[in-house]
Amino acid sequence: MRWLKIVIFLACLGPLIRLAWKAYSGGLGANPIEFITHSTGDWTLIFLCVTLGVTPLRRLTKQYWLIRLRRMFGLFAFFYAALHFTTYIWLDKFFDLHEMIKDVSKRPFITAGFTAFLLLVPLAVTSSSGWIRRLGGKRWNLLHRLIYVSAIAAVIHYLWLVKADLTKPLRYAAVVGVLLGYRILAWSVPLIRSKKPALFPGKRAEVPEG
Amino acid sequence: MLIKKPADIASSEITPRGLYLSRRAFLRGAAIAGATTLGGGLLGKLASPWEQASAGTKIDGIQKSNFSTNEKITPYKDVTHYNNYYEFSTDKEGPAGLAKNFRTRPWTVKIEGLVSKKKTLDVDSIMKLASPEERVYRHRCVEGWSIVVPWVGFSLSTLLKQVEPLGKAKFVEFTTVYDPSQMPGQRERVLEWPYVEGLRLDEAMHPLTLLCFGMYGEVLPNQDGAPLRLVVPWKYGFKSAKAIVKIAFTEKQPINTWNKATPNEYGFYSNVNPNVDHPRWSQARERRLGEFSKRPTLMFNGYGDQVASLYSGMDLKRYF
Repeated sequence: MRWLKIVIFLACLGPLIRLAWKAYSGGLGANPIEFITHSTGDWTLIFLCVTLGVTPLRRLTKQYWLIRLRRMFGLFAFFYAALHFTTYIWLDKFFDLHEMIKDVSKRPFITAGFTAFLLLVPLAVTSSSGWIRRLGGKRWNLLHRLIYVSAIAAVIHYLWLVKADLTKPLRYAAVVGVLLGYRILAWSVPLIRSKKPALFPGKRAEVPEG
Repeated sequence: MLIKKPADIASSEITPRGLYLSRRAFLRGAAIAGATTLGGGLLGKLASPWEQASAGTKIDGIQKSNFSTNEKITPYKDVTHYNNYYEFSTDKEGPAGLAKNFRTRPWTVKIEGLVSKKKTLDVDSIMKLASPEERVYRHRCVEGWSIVVPWVGFSLSTLLKQVEPLGKAKFVEFTTVYDPSQMPGQRERVLEWPYVEGLRLDEAMHPLTLLCFGMYGEVLPNQDGAPLRLVVPWKYGFKSAKAIVKIAFTEKQPINTWNKATPNEYGFYSNVNPNVDHPRWSQARERRLGEFSKRPTLMFNGYGDQVASLYSGMDLKRYF
């Protein structure tokens, strides 16, 4: 497990290494800053999808150990989101706070993206085992459902910034839709099947972690 | 927001840029595209380095022009590998390869509508109407980036005068070629094809408005709008229609493609204006390709002295 984690950790750094290599070798194209913005944004969405994919995958395949990778994927989603956000405040707005406030309040796609990022902050902060203990499993689980909202906001952010070709954002929308749809099913099917037992809190001990 | 496309994956996305690669490279690219899903297009990009743009033939007898700016010219490679040309691809790196085998001959331009002499002219005869001039213009995209390009051509008015517009004519409509067999982007309904643009007659007759067939001293590369395009330097780039096959004089204001797609975002005039934001992003500043910091966007893209009088008394917030 330890080695697997190290390998996956290095693989997750791949997109960043690729960007650094391209920057070094002049491969970022005619508009490098746009390239970096798009790339870090894409990888944020990909890692959000991967993180959201862990729970359905481990349940459907009964590979329950996969849960042990989820925190890393989630933190990488936050990592690329932070890079994406830094690109925006540094290379796009040059730390002009006034401009940024105007942007966040005036432009819906920035508002959505900023929301998606902000929601990830408490999740990254409370990702440690210590925080799980401090909050208690139930409350921690509840808090970490914010990733659903963040993922939806991230997809909306992408949809709203595109000029005409919605293919790429709709692809993410489809993936996030399926992953969240799975959860709705996983919650509602047992409720519909046997209405009575679901009313007993004891029967609901099997609340999905994500 | 208009959702003009179904959610399924477009065929052009599945084999990115495969069409222009040689057979072997195509197979390799297809294998990569097949083996990867989300984010996989990035790998495809790694595997297929930029292709050389189809080298243009040199144009003889180019005259200098007083309309030229002396700002630093954007590198040729950037101007030929960063193209918004949705007829080929919505990906800016796409058109350079996909337009490689685009046929620009034979090519005729139909001039019709409210004129006394309707004409269908061959592109080669159009190019001989006047001696070619080099015009180094700033070019500002509505997306917030800009370039400086040494275009080659002459004032559109030279051509328009040939057909003798009638008094009733108030606008000029430009139509781009429709040929999905050559233009893979036209097989997708991203925009309504063919692409249509329009100008008010006085804008079209303005000496700055360029009928363009070359750049950097050579014949226009296909991905930059060959064989014949418009360059209207004080308006956002999408107003400068590429690969023109029809010019029509009309009484009513033409409906340009982007305006039809998203009326509240892209107006008919689309003059470069730092004070009127796009509903989704600011137009106050722009990134000149090759520069790190953004620079302020100039009113009418810096051509206010020449063109501001065309719009005197007009509310430019309303007529954006």
